[in-house]
Amino acid sequence: MATKVVMEALSPTMEEGRLVKWNKNEGDQVKSGDVLAEVETDKAVMELVARGDGVLRKRLANEGDASPVGTLLAVIANADENIDSIVAGAGAPAAASSASAQQAQAQQPSQGATPNRAVADTKETASKSPVPQSPAQSQGEASTPPQQKTAAPRAAAPPPPPASRPAPPRPPAPSAPRGNGASKAPADGRQRSSPLARRLATERGIQLGSVQGSGPGGRIVKRDIENARATASAGVAAGRSAAAERLAKEGDYKDVPLTQIRKTIARRLSESNGPIPTFFLTAELDATRAAEMRTQLAEMGDNYKASFNDIVIKAVALALTEHPEVNAHWLGDAIRQFNRAHVAMAVAVEDGLITPVLFDADQLTLWEISAKARDLAKRARERKLQPDEYTGSTFSVSNLGMFGIDQFTAIINPPEAGILAIGGVEEKPIAVDGQLEVRSRMRVTMSCDHRVIDGATGAKFLQTVRGYIENPLSLLI
Amino acid sequence: MAVLTYRDALTQALREELQRDDRVFLMGEEVAQYNGAYKVSKGLLDEFGPMRIVDTPITELGFAGIGVGAAMVGLRPIVEFMTWNFALLALDEVVNAAAKTFYMSGGQFKIPMVFRGPNGAALQLAAQHSQAWESWLAHIPGLKVLTPGTPADAKGLLKSAIRDDNPVVFLEGEMLYNTKGEVPEEEYLTPIGVAELKREGDHCSLITHGKMVLVAMRVADDLAKEGINIDVVDLRTVRPMDVEAISRSVQKTNRAVVLEEGWEICGMGSQVVDFIQRECFDDLDSPVLRVHQEDVPMPYAKNLERAAKPDAGKTVAAIKKVMYLD
Repeated sequence: MATKVVMEALSPTMEEGRLVKWNKNEGDQVKSGDVLAEVETDKAVMELVARGDGVLRKRLANEGDASPVGTLLAVIANADENIDSIVAGAGAPAAASSASAQQAQAQQPSQGATPNRAVADTKETASKSPVPQSPAQSQGEASTPPQQKTAAPRAAAPPPPPASRPAPPRPPAPSAPRGNGASKAPADGRQRSSPLARRLATERGIQLGSVQGSGPGGRIVKRDIENARATASAGVAAGRSAAAERLAKEGDYKDVPLTQIRKTIARRLSESNGPIPTFFLTAELDATRAAEMRTQLAEMGDNYKASFNDIVIKAVALALTEHPEVNAHWLGDAIRQFNRAHVAMAVAVEDGLITPVLFDADQLTLWEISAKARDLAKRARERKLQPDEYTGSTFSVSNLGMFGIDQFTAIINPPEAGILAIGGVEEKPIAVDGQLEVRSRMRVTMSCDHRVIDGATGAKFLQTVRGYIENPLSLLI
Repeated sequence: MAVLTYRDALTQALREELQRDDRVFLMGEEVAQYNGAYKVSKGLLDEFGPMRIVDTPITELGFAGIGVGAAMVGLRPIVEFMTWNFALLALDEVVNAAAKTFYMSGGQFKIPMVFRGPNGAALQLAAQHSQAWESWLAHIPGLKVLTPGTPADAKGLLKSAIRDDNPVVFLEGEMLYNTKGEVPEEEYLTPIGVAELKREGDHCSLITHGKMVLVAMRVADDLAKEGINIDVVDLRTVRPMDVEAISRSVQKTNRAVVLEEGWEICGMGSQVVDFIQRECFDDLDSPVLRVHQEDVPMPYAKNLERAAKPDAGKTVAAIKKVMYLD
């Protein structure tokens, strides 16, 4: 059975990918899971793995080519198998209907709109879109790209005529032993899945789009769902379900129904101030003791080094657990308050920025945060982050202090309700108990979604942050 | 338990019910002096005499009508058709008289009678005499349609049919009469409308009835050798159908194949599939497939007849397909 290699949706927002490098040549023997190529997505360079065993018979894309998700890139088949018909069908990326594209967008108001980062609220999307849209699939046993949240290719053609659907039963033909005609792939762009598979996926919190269908036409069937957990150790599927787990678990959050006053505030403020009615709270914190602590830690050795950024992340994470009303997502019809603190940090990369996430940052030691943050930032610059490493956050911080910025405002990443902008630490003369002293001062500005956070709520949160930063030993306990 | 042929099990049922209730009588072509075309009524004339075991002229419509009239006035007739192929001539009495009189008389006339005889194909009886009629008959409100596949069910269901106050269509099989099976020694009734799980397995549900039960059991044996264990759901009664038993099995296995002797279009399997899609939609992992006679008049030629009939090989293929194993 031939397996088509298609441009897979390797990140939640990916619409097309650029083939950076082929790792296999035509004629190479490949096994399912082998890395065939490296693909550059909108966020990272990712590995494209084989979804079937056999010989890489034909490569249909050149290094450097950009192809929409769903485009046939190569064919894996037995050495003597005739693949002419598959190859002949190349070049036509599977088209999702424009309706489904609209639907996909409508369901993801939070996706990709802000330059800051791409939030993937996997839980939300999963619940709203139980049958993910996907490019049409091949006749291959296991070649459905793990696509779900990706919008349809931009140049989506109208769905092809239903000529290639499996023929409905007709009187002269027996229905049961009808041969393998039914394994012809449907070309209407739907991800096929059995009712049972859909039910099991919902029950187990598995996103169908992350599952490879092994049935006719790529249909996801029971065994694929059962295998989904087992195979979720590598690649995108892993990232997706791991991210989904992080956010989807009951008990990790509390959905607060909107009160009337909350609704009115949300509506009125949105009318006044764009889709996210943002206000800003600025506080100047005394970072003298934090600076002293940094120096002392650095003297203890490299393993204990921590940056101001690490200190702020730890302080913010601890404060978030005390202020769930700030550690929240705006869902449109409810406010989701999290009781776990997943803090995203903005990292500048060559042509933009990305926000890797420190999951459960309140539980990490300062040094763990430091190490993780360094690693994430490094890999972000190398574009090596997996999607689950930059999605799933509950709150964000952005730091431009190292560029000499005293103070700035950051743009909220919906559906999060807030982001903290950190300015540089500088020494200033300041009156302390009536005496002029030179102190290290740091300005932080919190952008708040007023639909979720009121002024006093945000101010109290900042007070808590201030408490931690001005008494930095509390961060080491 | 005694091992009896399907034929002898039927004879026992007739004898026991003729003995138990003197309103019961048997009527049909060759049922008395010839002991029945297929010897189901063997010895009954001697035991019960010509008033209870009645030979009729070759007039299906006529004696079926006499049966309905007798039932209206309180007797409990058993009308034997030499085969259900011949019963086509009598369907006006079955469908318009027997099935509807209780309803149209506002409940004044019960029709406690049984129409019975062999149904479906035997061997090389050609197009006109190789037909399975259960889906025609099960279509009719007012009829009950029984399709026993084993001697035990044949006996238990025939006794229930005779005691039922409604017209019951009882479909036997020429190829079944000589098959053997264990039959309880003591008296028993098999309830109408209750399916039986004849084999238990987790991988797929094979739903069938009548003669195809034997094929289904063979399929179960063959698949077991490959490690595939299936439920064989014997409907036993196709109207009323035991939807609960079907659902229970399909909800367990998530896959189903329906095997029947008749043709595809509007066959019994169509109805089973309809119940499954309604009751088990979220449990299905694959479309339900059907195995049935090819959509042609039954060929006479031996090789073509074999090709046209549903069989174990076709059923195994269908089961593997719904299990995504092919």
